[in-house]
Order: sequence, then structure tokens, then C-alpha cells
Amino acid sequence: MTTGTLRRLAALGAIVFFGIAGAAEAGPTVDKVKQAGSVNCGVQTGVAGYAQPDSQGVYTGFNIDICKALAAALFGDPSKVKFTPLTAQQRFTALQSGEVDLLVNNTTWTLQRDTDLGFDFAPVIFFDGQGFMVAKKLGVKTAKELNGATVCVSPGTTTELNLADYFRANKMEFKPVVIEKIDELAAAFFSGRCDVYTTDASGLAAVRVGRASNPDDYIILPERISKEPLAPVVRQGDDQWKDVVSWVVYALMNAEEMGITQKNLDDMAKSEDPAVKRMLGSTPGMGKALGLDEKWAYNAVKAVGNYGEIFDKHLGLSSPLKLERGYNNLWTKGGLIYPMPIR
Amino acid sequence: MASDSAAIAIRPSRPAPWRDPRLRGIVLQVLFIAVIAVLIAFFANNTIVNLRRQNIASGFGFMEREAAFGIGESLIPYSPADTYARAFLVGLTNTLYVSAIGIVLATVLGTIMGLARLSSNWLVAKLAAVYVETFRNIPLALQLLFWWGLLRQVAPGPRDAWRPLPGVFVSNRGILFPVPREDPAHLWMAIACVIGTALAYAVYRWARKRQEATGRQFPTGWAGLGLIVGLPLVVFLASGAPLSFDWPALRGFNFAGGSAVSPEFGALLIGLVVYTGTFIAEIVRADILAVSWGQSEAAMALGLRQGQRMQLVVLPQALRVIIPPMTSEYLSLTKNSSLAVIIGFPDLVSIANTTINQTGQAVEGIAMIMAVYLVISLLISLAMNLYNRAVALVER
Repeated sequence: MTTGTLRRLAALGAIVFFGIAGAAEAGPTVDKVKQAGSVNCGVQTGVAGYAQPDSQGVYTGFNIDICKALAAALFGDPSKVKFTPLTAQQRFTALQSGEVDLLVNNTTWTLQRDTDLGFDFAPVIFFDGQGFMVAKKLGVKTAKELNGATVCVSPGTTTELNLADYFRANKMEFKPVVIEKIDELAAAFFSGRCDVYTTDASGLAAVRVGRASNPDDYIILPERISKEPLAPVVRQGDDQWKDVVSWVVYALMNAEEMGITQKNLDDMAKSEDPAVKRMLGSTPGMGKALGLDEKWAYNAVKAVGNYGEIFDKHLGLSSPLKLERGYNNLWTKGGLIYPMPIR
Repeated sequence: MASDSAAIAIRPSRPAPWRDPRLRGIVLQVLFIAVIAVLIAFFANNTIVNLRRQNIASGFGFMEREAAFGIGESLIPYSPADTYARAFLVGLTNTLYVSAIGIVLATVLGTIMGLARLSSNWLVAKLAAVYVETFRNIPLALQLLFWWGLLRQVAPGPRDAWRPLPGVFVSNRGILFPVPREDPAHLWMAIACVIGTALAYAVYRWARKRQEATGRQFPTGWAGLGLIVGLPLVVFLASGAPLSFDWPALRGFNFAGGSAVSPEFGALLIGLVVYTGTFIAEIVRADILAVSWGQSEAAMALGLRQGQRMQLVVLPQALRVIIPPMTSEYLSLTKNSSLAVIIGFPDLVSIANTTINQTGQAVEGIAMIMAVYLVISLLISLAMNLYNRAVALVER
């Protein structure tokens, strides 16, 4: 039995035999988290830039910082967070069964996950699109030339479905090789078992940087065959918890919009701008409305910086992944990041 | 006095209800079943309530929906436009396929190795011992990863594939070989083969009867081979030898045409066969040793040759003891095939996992996996028990 199946069986046992923490009554996740003294955050098993453990097992990455910001907002301490590494196949059962409090692991927001799976989505933290990566020596220039290719893909993802859709729509044939563990899947691709590796374009960049012996031997084809809005996931029917997660994300984005950074935070706290004062808790009210400390947004930004800082540090041009801000720039700069007002 | 003794005589036949062992047995069993039923109903209800409270969809309606994901290898036609039910069926056939071939090959390998360990040749016996002790003691999951990595890493890419024989390609995409194109004559050849097998069995029965009656031997083996292979060959030649091959050829990225054994299937099959073979080897060895040496001595005293001694005296007795443990090995091989998910062979579990993840219906998916393995295992068990009954010692 693989760990995935074991975990699923355990979760199944929880559903069959016990009532599950979470769900119906208002706010049990917030209470549960406060009682436990830490947030349990479901992340990927190892994707460079997003969630990657180092040799000591300490996680770093874009998603990790979102979780830390949440812990800082809840407890005033970014270290009060536990990371549970989950494969694409394990993640949903882990959330449904209450093993983790939320997922911050590049899950795509779709109708079916919102409804059938019993989830709710916090605001999108990364706008992505699915792409294809191939070895340069194959001489492929566009995805339309991929007829007959063998494709490495992670099972149980939207990627797997988009892949089949794309080849069907273009009347092309393909052979999928599906392996649950990203390590094995990437190893299969880089050893030449597959012609093509497909996932979200940012994920391709991460795999190329993190696992290729020579990243320059591989190119990411220009086509983006899908929309992949990646957002944190919580259980449906727990509005207070969803509010907390959503507004922590918005706070990070608003901070960038207002020019609040990790460095100038303390100066900004003395600002006379009423919007800044409201957000950083100098004018009380926002924290109380969320059921949190008034310093919630202050603590979040202090712990990890604003949205733009997190992006630049882990994914941006100065990081190994070298991703452009693109859609993930603020709406004022031509992107799609449009945080709701904190007032 | 008389009425008293009559009352005493009648009493034992009408005891109080709680003293009646039969009645008590029935009541207890009914109670036991009732408790089990209540427990099942409670858990089922609990599941439904929990799922509803969490707003998770339930029921098997999803099986009719379009699966929309691709599957790498399939014995039956499948496309992403087919339903989840069809995808499940693909997984089931893949599981049955690899298990069936695995059981046959593991039996052959295990028997050879078991006999080799008993060999009087020091080298042969030691090599077999090393094989058993090595592969029995390494976890199967690791062995699968090892074989898969080996097949993937050692073989070159499709564009510079090895060609050990004309038309056969070995690359990290698998082993490609030509297959004959279908022809109506092939059906007749298959029918001829069946008839040949039936005739060979009839000849065998006749030869044995004759030998028992007269002591004269008949070359049953050669006659059987002639019938089973010769008859289809005659049909083949009579219909004008219609044979053309579908040759694999490199087209674009991959090979087209021919038939292929993928590295995933290959690694899974090798892993299962080599691992289970060790256990079968030990069973064969133990059960041959279980037949007392006196039997062999008696056979020698009758003047039987070594081969005949094995075939006529030792093996028939050993088989009786071999069957039950062998059943267990067959069952575990079938269940171990679910380790396919590690290396990405699309077996039942792999496809069910994907289905669960795409639909979110874990309870239904896991229930189906459990039900399928239970049914497969019970069927294997049933078949082996029937065979066991056929060869079991009949006491007269």
C-alpha cells in the first residue's frame, strides 16, 4: 500500500466511524486552531519556490509564507504553523477529514471542487496556466507538434484533465505516464521515459530549476492551454475560518498596494493615512470583526512581508525560478491582483 | 406414584426454553446477527450524515460521467470520452492481466528454483539459495522501483533504440515487437489447436489404459505435440499461409504499430514474479522434502528411473501439501499488484485513486477497490480449493 492509499483509508475511517471536526457550526476551525496553538497547513511534498524542505526539513517557499502570515495573524507568531506535505492525490481527503486546516498547495479553483468535494476557496494567490516542457534536443517549437508524445503528468489533477482535453480538441494522440510522487514523476521525465512534462507553467519552471541536471536542456513551450487560478482551500460551511484566511491574503495584497513593506512597517504604523491605520490596527475594529487581535495584519506583514515581497523572494526575477509578475501584478500595474478594501 | 414417574419421564423432552441448547443456539445467533446489522446500519448512517454535513457528494452516479483523463495502457479500447465505469474496467483488466501472467510465470520460476535448491549439484543449489534469500528479504516496493529504474535508465531513447532482432526495438519506452496482422485463417487455426488438444488428451487416456492392460508404452508426448502444433500448421498451410506482420516503426516521437511491453508493465511483472517466485520455491522445496525418503527408496526398488520417480511417486504426493500454501501465494501476488501505483502502471488502484481525486468520492471508490479485490481473491481461492479437492488424498 502506498502512503497515499493508507492516508486515504485512515481518512475514510474517520468519516465512517467518527463525527469530524469542522463543518456545520460556525467557526469550529478557528476554535480548533486556537486550542491546538498552531495552524496545520497542507502543502506540496517538494516544489522549488512554493514549498520545499531543506536538508534539515525546514520548509521555505511562496505557499509556506502564506501559511506563516496566517499563523502570525492568528497567534502573533509565524512559527505557530505545522506543515503537512501532501501529494496531489492525498490533499483532498486530508482536508475533508480534518487532518489539515487548509490547503495552500497550488490547488486550482474549479466548480466541482467548490461543490461536489465540499470545499470553499480563499482569494486566488497565483494566476497560472498549464504548459508543456520538452527536451531542447527534440526540436519541438509548439504544442501542436506533440502528436504521439508520451506525457508525464501527476494523477488526480486538473492538469491531467486539461491534457486529455487539449489533445482531444486538436485531434492528437498521447500516452500518459501517471505517477503520484513528484520525485518519481520528474525522474521519469528527466531520464527520457516521457517526451513531455506537463503541469502549471510555474510548476514547470520549479521542476526545471529544482530537478534537471542542466536546466538549459529543457524548454517550456509557449502555449498556455488552461486557466489555473491557484487559491487556498478550506472546508465548506465554515465561514469564519474562510473569512480569516481570505482577509489575511487580502491584507498581504493591500499592504503592497499601500506601499507597506516588512522594512517600513513600523514607520507606516505611525502613518496618519486612515486606511493604513485601519489595516495595521492603530484604529481598532478590523481585528475584532474577524475575531482576531487588532495587530493581525501588522503581524502578518511583519512576519513575511507584503504580497509582492513574498513573490519576489521565492518566485520573482531575483529567485532561481525567475518568473515575471505578469497576471500576478497589482491591478494598478496591469495585473489581476485586486484585494478587497479593509474597512 | 404412577403419575409421578410418568411426569419424570416426560420432563427431559420438554425442558425450560433457556435450558434447550438448540433453542438457545438459535436465539444467540439471531441476537448476534441483529447486533452486527445494527452496527452496520449505524456506521452507514454515520457515513451518510457526515458526508452530508460536510457537503460532500455521495452515490455511484459519477460512474456514468465522462472520465476525461487518459490511460497509458489498456487491453480494451478506451478514450478520455468514455465513462468512469469504463475507466474502472480498464484498471480491472490490467490488474487481472498482470496477475494472471504473474501467477503462471511465478509458478514456473518458483518450481524450477525449488527443485534447483534440492539439486545435488553444489553450484546450482547455492545459486538457487542465493536467489531465494536475496529477493525474499527485500521489500517488494523497493524491488519494483529498482526494476523500473533499471528498465528506464539502461535502455536508450526511442530515436536510438537497440535492435536485437530485425523489427524488435528496445528503448526506454518499452520493448516493441511485430505482431501478425489478423486474418480469418487465424480463427480456424485456433479452433484446430483446441481440437488438437482434445485429441491429444484422448490419446493420452488411451495410451495409459493400454499400458495398464498390456504394459506396452506409447510416445504420448510426441503424439500430443504433433496434434497440438501440427493441426493448426496444416490449417495454416492449407489456407495459403496468410501471414503479414504489423511492424513497429519510429514515427515522430514514438513507435507506431506492432505491440509493446511498457517499462511499467515489465517492471511490475518482473518484480511480482521474482518476489513471489522465492516463496513458491520454498514451498516446493519443503513439500518435496515432506514426502518421506522411503517412498523414493521404494520407487528405486521397483526400478524406476530418477525422472519417473519424481513424476510418478514423489510429485503426486507433494502436490497435495503444496496446493494450500500455493493458494496464499497466488492471492498475495494478485493483491501485491496494487503496488503498481508506485511506478505508474494503470492498475485498478491507480485508476480508482485518480477517480476518487477527480470526483471527491473516496467512500465509494475505496468500497469498490475493496469489493473487487475481495471477489478476485475469493474466486482464486475457490478455484484452488476445487483443484485441491481433486488431488487430495482419498481415504478408502
